[in-house]
Amino acid sequence: MIKLNINNKVHEVEVPDDMPLLWVLRDILDIKGTKFGCGKGLCGACTVHLDGKAVRSCSLPVNAVNAQKIVTIEGLSEHGDHALQKAWSTVNVSQCGYCQPGQIMSAAALLSNNKKPTDNDIDTAMSGNICRCGTYVRIREAIKLAAKEV
Amino acid sequence: MNNIKQSRRNFIKSLGLASGALVIGMNTTTGLATVLNSKDINMLSPNIWITLYKNGETHLTAHRSEMGQGIRTSLVAILADEMEADLSRVVIKQATGDKKYGNQNTDGSRSIRNFGTILRTAGASVKELLIEAAAKTWNLPASECNADSHYVYHKGKNKKIFYGDLIDAAQGLTLPTEPKLKDKSEFKYIGTELDNLDNNLYVTGKAVYGIDATIEGMVYASIQRTPVIGGVLKSFDKTETMKFPGVIDVVEIKGTPGPALFNPLAGVAVIATNTWAAEQGKLRLKIVWEEGENSSHNSDSYKEKLFASVKKKGKAYREEGDTYSVLEANKNNTDKKTVEALYYLPYLAHAPLETPAALAWVQADKCEVWTSTQTPQRSRTLVAQELGFKEEQVTINVTFLGAAFGRKSKPDYVVEAAKLSKHLNKPVKVFWSREDEIKHGYYHSVSAQYHQASIDENNNVDAWLHRSDFPPIGATFNPAARGPGSGLSQGATTIPYDIKNIQVEAGDAKAHLRIGWLRSVYSVFHGFSTNCFMDELAHQRGIDPLQHQLELIGADRVLPFDESFEFNTARLKNVLKKAAKNAGWGKKLPKGHGMGLAVQYSFYSYIAQVVEVSVIDNKLKVHKINTCIDCGMVANLDAVNNQMEGAGMFGLSLAFFGEITAKDGKIEQSNFHDYQLLRMKDAPHIDVEVVTSDEPSTGVGEPAVPPLAPALLNAIFAATGKRIRELPLSKHGLV
Repeated sequence: MIKLNINNKVHEVEVPDDMPLLWVLRDILDIKGTKFGCGKGLCGACTVHLDGKAVRSCSLPVNAVNAQKIVTIEGLSEHGDHALQKAWSTVNVSQCGYCQPGQIMSAAALLSNNKKPTDNDIDTAMSGNICRCGTYVRIREAIKLAAKEV
Repeated sequence: MNNIKQSRRNFIKSLGLASGALVIGMNTTTGLATVLNSKDINMLSPNIWITLYKNGETHLTAHRSEMGQGIRTSLVAILADEMEADLSRVVIKQATGDKKYGNQNTDGSRSIRNFGTILRTAGASVKELLIEAAAKTWNLPASECNADSHYVYHKGKNKKIFYGDLIDAAQGLTLPTEPKLKDKSEFKYIGTELDNLDNNLYVTGKAVYGIDATIEGMVYASIQRTPVIGGVLKSFDKTETMKFPGVIDVVEIKGTPGPALFNPLAGVAVIATNTWAAEQGKLRLKIVWEEGENSSHNSDSYKEKLFASVKKKGKAYREEGDTYSVLEANKNNTDKKTVEALYYLPYLAHAPLETPAALAWVQADKCEVWTSTQTPQRSRTLVAQELGFKEEQVTINVTFLGAAFGRKSKPDYVVEAAKLSKHLNKPVKVFWSREDEIKHGYYHSVSAQYHQASIDENNNVDAWLHRSDFPPIGATFNPAARGPGSGLSQGATTIPYDIKNIQVEAGDAKAHLRIGWLRSVYSVFHGFSTNCFMDELAHQRGIDPLQHQLELIGADRVLPFDESFEFNTARLKNVLKKAAKNAGWGKKLPKGHGMGLAVQYSFYSYIAQVVEVSVIDNKLKVHKINTCIDCGMVANLDAVNNQMEGAGMFGLSLAFFGEITAKDGKIEQSNFHDYQLLRMKDAPHIDVEVVTSDEPSTGVGEPAVPPLAPALLNAIFAATGKRIRELPLSKHGLV
């Protein structure tokens, strides 16, 4: 039995030790805001926070989590009103929306360490997240907008 | 929006019968529809698009698939605008696959183009119905009433009725079939910058995509498919697979002989209690394939074959004047110049971030599917065929699509899910890994383009020869298909240039992979080579590329290529001039910088792009993209802007990295490390101008892809003097 603290709630799961956290979230616990994109840590669609740091859950064996706190897009804010979520809506960032939970989680980790990121900071922090729809310009704009509020 | 071909008659036919309590009875000969009494008096559902409840909640149907183009917002905003519904009271209902909606194939950049007027009419007729109901209640002539934001008013008086309170009074009234549409000055939503109505779902992770679909008791399937098209299974060993915890079963999927169509490929499916176990089980299969004749296919030698064939005379599809005589005569005339160039673009994979996914549940007498599909009706037909069901027994629920770009027009994965669910007698979700998606797709066609042109004694272009050779999409439906089909009409035979002698030809390449539509389809390589070659011609003439383009497009006139929409050269020149002006075309640039442009008419829209780059120490940086589009009347301006930005990135991505290759019939790439996509660090600012227009609405989702790569290469030439005629740029050491 593995114990996980996800969005401030403790879950116990009976899964193989090396099952990636992504599939524990999605298939075992039915927490599906975290997305599959590549399975290799190349696209960032599966980004969650582990003790506040952005990690790729598709490549993280569940037994490596231990007592670290997991936050997914569902737990980023209580009412979907984190400054980034609001900024994303204001700027109409999303096209298909599929990568955006991962983008927002990466951006949230960035903003928690860097209140006023430059374009360069943003590009560096966000280049692990692919948006195939190409919403990059708006992601940059939304992060800057949110930074003003954080 | 005012598509001239969208007759009233088509609209009436497409109305169909609404399901639900209150429906319309339709007299098909007169086209009159009457709202009938129903048992459920709490709602009014006068057509298939609109249901109004007593509390005012209004359900509007989006029948086209949402894959990032914001179509749900655009469709319901059109309905709401003409209906005078308050958008804040609107709930979007995604339609299942059903012929009653008319065409639901969400492709070809045609949702607004083909349905704008239908939806406006549907909305306006309900508004008139509600006005009529209010007038009856007040015992007034309808002409003394008007509607605004969910209320009917007695004009000029302080009297109003809420839409929800008119449901009873609307019983038995005739639904107007030829309502008066709004003048554009009356629009509240249409043409404005609307916020996407699904934003909250996207940013909270609550949007449900096909890959997220879940029902009680379902199992997960991962499939190892034949690595070569046409391959069949010889034998397999599942011993190691079955040992993996969570694996339930292993099932063979037989391939279907004959054309690829949308049939599942031959494969072995691993069934498990979760996705990861299914994937791990798949990796442990030992399979022996009979690969078949396509195992001789190699991209390298195929490219040489295409080059050899495109240099030879092909079959003519547009022939004006006598191009060959002019080019022949040039050989003996030193006052004239012949310019030639050969271009090559590789295969591409779609790589939507959500891989194909479908959940199917086949029961004794029905089947229900949840899937991210661009073609819900095609999915329904194919699933019914697979199961031996009538279409009415199959429900295709369309989820959000985690993008698609044409991949999800091909429902092979939907049929896989139905097949497995029938076999296992339980709900099955088919999962495609990224490797599956890259290796077993329907590829954008590889192509070679050969151009030749003649410049006469007066420095004018007097002959144009373009040869295009590529394995066609038609081969996916008929393996014997050769030649371009209708492909040349996407930017080859439809060039707007005023040149006396024009010859456009195609060869007859054979397909060895499943070839399929990818965003902008054949316009990608025709727009590419044509715009690159135009820049080469400008250089040879010693004329500014903008001036050269404008000159060759020539006088304002309507071109005769397709009568459904007018191709007006004035509009083409207009977008080019605007994009150039916005980019500061002609201004002095820093050392190492260059600007390039491209212009195209595609999906009936006019589009121009100007790209500014620098190449310093052989490293490319894209500084800025200026896009100008004229797509006629706009439904949602913000969605158009968003598509221009996104399609620009899509074009940049294919220019930088896009290349799929085959070796021994097998795709060599597998994931985002070797099939790279554009990332934030390479994403330039994109400035967009959308031309204000009252002309009929035309395509938006696709047109901004093709001109980007040629504009980029032309900019690189301006910066470096180096011509690149093959993509991707990653092969040239620039990115």
